Amino acid sequence: MNNVEITDAVLVHEYMQGNEIALSKLINRHQHRIYSFIFSKVFDRDVAEDIFQDTFIKVINTLKRGKYNEEGKFLPWVMRIAHNLVIDHFRRNKRMPKFDNSGDFNIFSVLSDSDLNIETQIIKDQIENDVKELIKELPEDQLEVLTMRIYKDMSFKEISERTGVSINTALGRMRYALINLRKIIEKHNLVLTN
Amino acid sequence: MRKLYTKKLSKKDQLKDLGPRKETVQFLLNYSKALRVVETRGIKFGTILN
Repeated sequence: MNNVEITDAVLVHEYMQGNEIALSKLINRHQHRIYSFIFSKVFDRDVAEDIFQDTFIKVINTLKRGKYNEEGKFLPWVMRIAHNLVIDHFRRNKRMPKFDNSGDFNIFSVLSDSDLNIETQIIKDQIENDVKELIKELPEDQLEVLTMRIYKDMSFKEISERTGVSINTALGRMRYALINLRKIIEKHNLVLTN
Repeated sequence: MRKLYTKKLSKKDQLKDLGPRKETVQFLLNYSKALRVVETRGIKFGTILN
């Protein structure tokens, strides 16, 4: 009569009484069904593994706290927990979509690191220094407006108030500053690009 | 090349014999053994023993 299978209800009861082997039997008995169910929804082994683990952590916590009641069957109850966790997973991913690189498409081929590497950073610094030297050749009024606008990030209204000229005059000086700067760059055959 | 010479399993075949890793099951059994629930003044606390 050893072939008679112990029911889930008996194993759950034994586990709640402290028999750890009963949990092992329950997991072994239902692991494939529960895991397959989760995998059929998420189609990702790692995610399925995580959800399977979280499902049984909930099961263990509930049983150990004695909160489980025998109203329903064990397996449907576990499946319901797994189902809810799958829904949680999709809700989370909807807010923060996950890109995996398992297929042919690699997300990193279209995403680039916006930070400059050391070489481009050095070039950028050199260009900025060159530009600072070049603008010194501009007439004083144009240099003043350009410095306030570009380096001090002031608005044209603030520039006009500070320099005592109208906004239109400030705009005009800025325009001529840029035109003259281009002329200086062309004259010296300078290349100011990365 | 692997894609060209290996047969792609159908979804039904993929679901067959699927199961969690042994490590996951072992983790759950260890977690269960380590978890102790203590009741104090009607409130149940879960503690993980090392």
